Amino acid sequence: MATMDLRGQTRVLDGNRAGAYGVLLSRPDVIASYPITPQTPLLETIYKFEAEGLLNAEMVEPEGENSAMGVLLGACAAGGRTFTASSSQGLSFMNDAYLLAAGNRFPIVMAIGMREQVSPHGVVAGQQDAVMVKDHGWVQIYMESCQEILDTIMMAYRLAEDSDVLLPVNVCYEGFFLSHHSQRVEIPTQEQADLFLAPLKNMERPKWSLDDPMVFSSYTVPAELFTEYRYKACAAHQRAKGKFDEIDREFGKQFGRSYGGQIEEYRTEDAEVVIVTMGCSTGTAKVVVDKKREEGLKVGLIKIRMFRPSPKERLIKALNGKKAIGVVDRNVCYAWNCGHNFIELKTLLSDLETPAPKLVDFIGGLGGADITALHVERVIERTYAAVRGEEQPVVTWLSLE
Amino acid sequence: MKFISKFEGPWSTPSEPLDVKTGEWRSQRPVTRSEKCRQCGWCFIFCPCGCRKETGHFFSADLDYCKGCGVCARVCPARAIALVREEV
Repeated sequence: MATMDLRGQTRVLDGNRAGAYGVLLSRPDVIASYPITPQTPLLETIYKFEAEGLLNAEMVEPEGENSAMGVLLGACAAGGRTFTASSSQGLSFMNDAYLLAAGNRFPIVMAIGMREQVSPHGVVAGQQDAVMVKDHGWVQIYMESCQEILDTIMMAYRLAEDSDVLLPVNVCYEGFFLSHHSQRVEIPTQEQADLFLAPLKNMERPKWSLDDPMVFSSYTVPAELFTEYRYKACAAHQRAKGKFDEIDREFGKQFGRSYGGQIEEYRTEDAEVVIVTMGCSTGTAKVVVDKKREEGLKVGLIKIRMFRPSPKERLIKALNGKKAIGVVDRNVCYAWNCGHNFIELKTLLSDLETPAPKLVDFIGGLGGADITALHVERVIERTYAAVRGEEQPVVTWLSLE
Repeated sequence: MKFISKFEGPWSTPSEPLDVKTGEWRSQRPVTRSEKCRQCGWCFIFCPCGCRKETGHFFSADLDYCKGCGVCARVCPARAIALVREEV
């Protein structure tokens, strides 16, 4: 008796369950995963789907995250569609296999229920686990809502398995804030999902089989060949950006929901001040932006969805002519004493028309804390202070003052 | 851009010469004295690289892959294999 099948319905679901429906609808062949808070209910739901006969996939329960990814490397080489999920130290534990996935150009889709990374120990929301692997060669897309998790998992397969891309994709959503909080979620029917994923049937990629064996992850010399593979991976990342915009538009046409592709621009057109967010704090920030608009301030918001590869061209286009940018970072970059998106945006300043906007950073929401409306109001106030040239710290730690 | 491989990733087919010629690492080579070889096949069994080849009436090394580790010379009961220093 299929009690779990909510396909085609609109329900209240938390992010983990919404994500599980995204997986179910994408028809993966092999799932190998190891539970870790806050991702565990995602796996539980997928296992229930399989137990009830809704999901026809090979389920592998390995002894740890490293083996989970290892199983998927083999499954992917054999041409399978694969899924796994992890968080925090689980992601760290699979690190070398995680690198192999990217280096081998295996189109694995993996959800990250983002959680703070040690140390100090914290089973709490954060983004540190995902952002710290930003140069491991995976595409990373960050979520604002439960609906977005479901939708983006389907889009992630379209992107990963595209013959022009062939890269593994992370769908990153903050633990607890999204993984365990419930929202209204529209679950597509299987027919709709099949239609959306149908173009993948024509996508070719080399596959291993007993009749036609291939060597994957071959030890590569000479150095020219090694360099060639690095070059090709970099080029694939650049191609993934425009491709993701296309996939998002196509998704919008079919389902009536789209998210802007690489970035979402919210009331930025005539804005003089823009705040930049990534992840679930975007929802709160949009409410504050609306409020400030009513008060007459010309403020807008940019949500970074695609953190890797960098949505450089879209950001330059959206930020040209702005007076100041306030970045809300839910992570830290030790090397530069700021958040990761702050340093990402700083590298773009020289590409913007002069005078380049003032850039200020705000670190908040660490250790599972909320980024509140009051925080965002302070972000906007301080960014306006930067426009006026008032003296203030470049990086503000929201909860430490 | 000038590319060597037709593939996007570090993949190859078994027939394509994208493999590693480990013989380039060698500093000494095994030389079989054919008159001493009894064709027992121990060198074939013990070679860690699987590069001992039967050449009709004795065994010799495939020098494309032989790293010169000397295991074959060590196990040869007939002492038929000598290691000769590679000269650059």
